[in-house]
Amino acid sequence: MIRSLPRSRRYTWGFNLFIGAYFLFLFAPLVVTCVLAFNNSDFPSLPWQGFSLDWFLADGPDRIGIFHDEQNLRAIWTSFQTAFFVSIFCVLVGTCAAFLFEQEEFRFKGALYFLMLAPLVIPGVILGISLLLASNTAGMYVENNFGLDFDLFRPSFWLVVLGQFSFITTFVCLVVSARLRKFDRTLEEAALNLGANRLEVIWHITLKFLQPAIVGAGAVAFLMSFENFNTTLFLVGSEPTLPINLYLQVRDGSTPVINAVSLLLLVGTSILALVNLYFSKEEAD
Amino acid sequence: MQKSRLGLWLFLTPVLLWLVLLIVLPHLDLLIMSFRGENDLGAPVWTMQNYMNFFTEPIYWLTFVRTALYSIITTAITLVLGLPVAFYIAKLARTRTQGTLTLLLLLPFWVSELVRIYGWMILLRESGVLNHLLVSSGLLSRPVEMLYNDATMIMGLVYTSMLFMVVPLISVMESLDDSLIEAAHDLGASKLVIWRDIIIPHCKPGITSGCIVVFMLALGNYLTPNLMGGKNSLWFTEQIYNQFIASFNWNQGSAFGFLLLLLSSLIIWAGLKISRQKLGEVAS
Repeated sequence: MIRSLPRSRRYTWGFNLFIGAYFLFLFAPLVVTCVLAFNNSDFPSLPWQGFSLDWFLADGPDRIGIFHDEQNLRAIWTSFQTAFFVSIFCVLVGTCAAFLFEQEEFRFKGALYFLMLAPLVIPGVILGISLLLASNTAGMYVENNFGLDFDLFRPSFWLVVLGQFSFITTFVCLVVSARLRKFDRTLEEAALNLGANRLEVIWHITLKFLQPAIVGAGAVAFLMSFENFNTTLFLVGSEPTLPINLYLQVRDGSTPVINAVSLLLLVGTSILALVNLYFSKEEAD
Repeated sequence: MQKSRLGLWLFLTPVLLWLVLLIVLPHLDLLIMSFRGENDLGAPVWTMQNYMNFFTEPIYWLTFVRTALYSIITTAITLVLGLPVAFYIAKLARTRTQGTLTLLLLLPFWVSELVRIYGWMILLRESGVLNHLLVSSGLLSRPVEMLYNDATMIMGLVYTSMLFMVVPLISVMESLDDSLIEAAHDLGASKLVIWRDIIIPHCKPGITSGCIVVFMLALGNYLTPNLMGGKNSLWFTEQIYNQFIASFNWNQGSAFGFLLLLLSSLIIWAGLKISRQKLGEVAS
């Protein structure tokens, strides 16, 4: 039954087989995508035509590899910029929220906490359309009353950043809160007794303690932003992020260059996720 | 006292700005827009027409019911698959392989959902890898289209949300004391009884939080039904998208959006009530 109990051979084998099949299910699509990125064929499918780096390096006119594919490169760069701003904003506001809910007392705290959790249960599509509507309403208001026309209120880079920020902040807040709960508050009292003010205490002591959680939450925010599709779909303007750009390519028929992009994405995110995991492990030990 | 008030406002201001400007106001706007429409002369009026359209047009509410039903099926399948996996990792695997397995479990989910779905598409489509293997090995005489049907779509949904079921399950199973299972085993309980009376009751919080997240992700998914489902397998999010982007009927789209939000909130609320949990507990 469990580790410490005797198990029949059939039970053990059956279970191992199930787990093997499960991990095959988990990795099959990823492995196939990566392998076909090296297939010397114009279509992302078998038969195997031999090994080729064309989908990475080719420079036209028949094949354009990812390193010369302007459109995809631009989308990757847009995604980087988006994720960069989203993770910075999320970490700033998420940490504030963690302090607010863990260390401060005020009226309606319960209600506000509930509201803070709301983005967890709002489907991403709804977040996207409601923000699209609201920014449009705001844009109309500003235009009618002040005669001004801001690009910010139309689907654009910054609207995407705001849309992703609106729900990723909740995750950052939960991660930082979990760490803040373990903080020994007598350290703060000691510092206050020694003449530090509240902000000095937070800056020199609490934030130092929170640093690993903040870095980890920032990395998670970066990854979540990088792969977000549902919310971004409605807010994206003339600069598509990578998932949106890939979606358009997959829908309209694909070449193996998508496999090459996927491979790079897989390697990149895996490295970031592993580094993040390594540091959080080290912290836990 | 003065200083601590300053601290409170320092933290409260950005949080309030975030929640009011990006969560509360947009959703109020969504609600207001859903009750707006135009009369015969094209002037804006308050109306229930957008909601009426939903109930009188069978394709709308049928899609709605379908989406809800398929999301429930997806959640159930994910739970059934997730339980043994979590049990294996938490209770059966050697302590050293445990970490590796968890890591392997996490990795695919850091890659964009689009890449994972794309992987399934090149595996399953008519000219795909699986068909090529089956035909060249003689098991099939001619390729079969495995994409674009409901079963594949549900499999895709299960695949994309798997992690959010397994991780909470692993964490509740790790907190289960092995000696309880040993005692039951010594007293002659069968595996079925152990699962029914010990493991499942202990795992209830993890099961609820996993189910809620998976259900929500399936219900609000756009990519998987769009790319893997067939022409006939409409998903409700696709209808919202169509109203917004294709028909440019934002009022109708808002009504649909609000109905979807209502549905997801209702089911999550019911799930929490049935399992006697609070959202705050499930989240942390």
